Amino acid sequence: MNIPLLNKKIKWYNRSDWNETELKKGFFRPDQKFCTDDSRRSNIVVEHLNVSIQENLILKDVSATIPDRKITCIIGPSGCGKSTLLKSLNRLLDYTEGVKVAGKVLVDGEELYAPGVEITHIRRKMGLFSQRPCPLPMSIYDNIAYGCRIHGIRNRKKLNMVVRHYLQAVGLWEEVKERLHTPAGRMSIGQQQRLCLARGLAVEPQFILADEATSALDPISSKTIEDLFLKLKEEYAIVLVTHTLRQALRIADYVIFMYMGEIIEAGSAEQIFKNPQKELTQKYLAGVFS
Amino acid sequence: MNTTGEECKIAQKTSGIRLLKDKMAGSVMLTFTLVSVLLVVLIGIGLMIKSMPILHEKSLWELLCTSKWKPMRGDFGFLPFILGSLWVTIIAIIWTLPVALFTAIFLTENSRTWVKKIVFPALDILAGLPSVVYGVWGILVIVPWISDWLAPHFVEYSTGYSTLAAGIVLGIMILPLLISLFVELFSSVPRELREASLSLGATRWQTTKYVLLKRTFPGIVASVTLAISRAMGETIAVLMVCGNIVQLPESLFDGCYPLPALIANNYGEMLSLPLYESALMLAALILFVVVFVFNIVSRLILRKLEQKLM
Amino acid sequence: MKLKFIEEKAVKGIMLITTLLVFLFVGSILYTIVKNGWRAMSWEMITDLPGGGFYIGKEGGLLNAIVGSLYIVGASTVLGLAVSIPVVFYLNIYLKKNAKRGSIARLAYDVLFGIPSIVYGAFAFTIMIYFGLKTSLAGGIIVITLLIIPIFIRSMDEIARELPQDMLNASYSLGATRYETIKVVVRQIAPGIATATLLSIGRAIGDAAAVLFTAGYTDNIPTSLGQPAATLPLAVFFQLSSPIPAVQERAYAAALILTGIVLILSILGRIITNRFSRNKIQ
Repeated sequence: MNIPLLNKKIKWYNRSDWNETELKKGFFRPDQKFCTDDSRRSNIVVEHLNVSIQENLILKDVSATIPDRKITCIIGPSGCGKSTLLKSLNRLLDYTEGVKVAGKVLVDGEELYAPGVEITHIRRKMGLFSQRPCPLPMSIYDNIAYGCRIHGIRNRKKLNMVVRHYLQAVGLWEEVKERLHTPAGRMSIGQQQRLCLARGLAVEPQFILADEATSALDPISSKTIEDLFLKLKEEYAIVLVTHTLRQALRIADYVIFMYMGEIIEAGSAEQIFKNPQKELTQKYLAGVFS
Repeated sequence: MNTTGEECKIAQKTSGIRLLKDKMAGSVMLTFTLVSVLLVVLIGIGLMIKSMPILHEKSLWELLCTSKWKPMRGDFGFLPFILGSLWVTIIAIIWTLPVALFTAIFLTENSRTWVKKIVFPALDILAGLPSVVYGVWGILVIVPWISDWLAPHFVEYSTGYSTLAAGIVLGIMILPLLISLFVELFSSVPRELREASLSLGATRWQTTKYVLLKRTFPGIVASVTLAISRAMGETIAVLMVCGNIVQLPESLFDGCYPLPALIANNYGEMLSLPLYESALMLAALILFVVVFVFNIVSRLILRKLEQKLM
Repeated sequence: MKLKFIEEKAVKGIMLITTLLVFLFVGSILYTIVKNGWRAMSWEMITDLPGGGFYIGKEGGLLNAIVGSLYIVGASTVLGLAVSIPVVFYLNIYLKKNAKRGSIARLAYDVLFGIPSIVYGAFAFTIMIYFGLKTSLAGGIIVITLLIIPIFIRSMDEIARELPQDMLNASYSLGATRYETIKVVVRQIAPGIATATLLSIGRAIGDAAAVLFTAGYTDNIPTSLGQPAATLPLAVFFQLSSPIPAVQERAYAAALILTGIVLILSILGRIITNRFSRNKIQ
């Protein structure tokens, strides 16, 4: 979908009146505020993607399909291009110097790297969940409200509902409801990581991209996050880059094994872990290299 | 995304406005950046145009290498001023370099945290003091010290307003800059390198001497270059203690007349003589070129080194 | 074998001496300024304009210079910030990390930062003559703005460069544009920017060479941009060159006021860094 930059007729809504009537009728649902059309959701398709950073080829002819409502784990030794693949799904590579991208990434049938694509609304569909929790420098409340505010929801009552809904969704509401307006940086690391997840979910993504989301956490917190993922996969497609094979074993439905910038093998978790076809995969799973 | 709800329409409309805002903010910022970068070019060209008249009259070589300064008669010899600037700067660097080097080594290699907690604020104060204050201090402390204590050992008479006084005051002014550059340089050397040397049985000083100083030598050169360019342009403090006498300095206890002092003392008053104004602009141009070249050279060295150490 | 340990000891001694030397300088400067300035210091120095016989040692104060300095520095700080904050955000958020254009721009700001203030003064004065301006408050503001912009940009850029890329990514991945991301990261670097600003103001207020022939000097408080304005550094400079001891004393008082302002600014800077990092993420 392309949004014309200068719409000739911009109708100005009197937003506050409108919001009030909607609220009174009870129309507002915090998890369907952007009216996302469920019938059109589909998977991410990566076709012949080549990424080079400063003349080094990081991804070589990568093709993959990421299914909806499944947990896809990308595994492989460090430096094999896992994180780069993840970032290229979101076009976050735009902000690194010397990056050249060739190939296609299709999100819901929309070509990501085509010229003139309006990236912000595609990014909204993909929640990024980074290695170290990265709360924004503001209060807990504002962290979650931030995404909604930039996408045009400013009504205080609605925001309250959204914040509450998503904090409950990640099981943080009971822990922080007394101190919603304290800086997010004062929470524990595990709490911060869940806050980041809630913040990402609040803009109603369809995909969750997680880059070693549990590697900075203690075992208990990472268990909480894993459980959350298992719950979330009923509604979202989750892509998880992970170092720990055991984690992949526990939660993956679908596994992509990468080595030296190439996809060696991809398939359902059962197939990869029980019956790997390629020699490299067998060696990696056996712990010959890591 | 479908477009059934009203809210979706709002989201789409605002999305257009948001992107427009993003683009516009970007181009406004780019304009500001370009304009401020162009200031360098602008200053260079402005000074060049203004100093053209005198360059038409006389050759650059003649201007730079003669020492006769009689503006009323049309003699413009810059040599005394250039030598004055050089001498003051050299004296300043000669005595501050070892002081800054040892202090920086002390701060990065040998000292405890509480020492740093006292020394760094002191350096901040030193860096923040206005140059006029340095000048006042120079007049009250350094000048009498030279004329009453130091000079009698060497020459018959000195007022104290001298090349040496200017060098000392200038040195103290660039001291905090040098120390902070050195500290930054030394902290960028990885810890493992030092540990490798220490574990071979070297003493701390040997480690410093053979590992740290050797490794950061280009950086030290670059830092000194930077400090020199800063020192060359310092005006008021030097002007207050240097004596302002147009002569080729023969001893450290004689007065001198650096380039910035020349501009500061005469510019604005002597505009009735077009050639004189042009000469002063040439002095500013010389300063500009020196600073420009020194800055670029040292920054490039520092950047290369930074990449190497990373 | 023994030599190595003697050397170690000797070097350690030298290092201690040089560090103490630094302290000696700081102490000596502050002591000299305070001791001499305090003698001539009085209430009327701060609250009065120079009287009729001020420059032969009669009554009056330095209010003209204090107010002139504050006017010039205040106005040029506002102008300088208006130019340099967009530049800093452009360099750090709109441009990619390590972009070639960014490093060229940074080199240019380094050069601008290094240009002596006297050259700025001379350059600004030629421009003023070109436009038919006389030495005035406006001239002082223009030249100090030119002088302060590279200082602002360099010191703020140093702080903005430490912004974690993760934080930017977090904002982008919510669908924020770069412009909206600026509003977020501002909270992270605001204390740093405030400190950098205060330190830069300290440098601008103490600069004498640039205002020497652009702002002029007067005994009155300027009422319009076209009038000349006195400044503190020049008050020190001019009064010190007077042959009358009583006037020289006042130069010391002016130096004390100037030092006081600079020290207060730097202490304020420290307090801001410590107190206002509430929302900052470590």
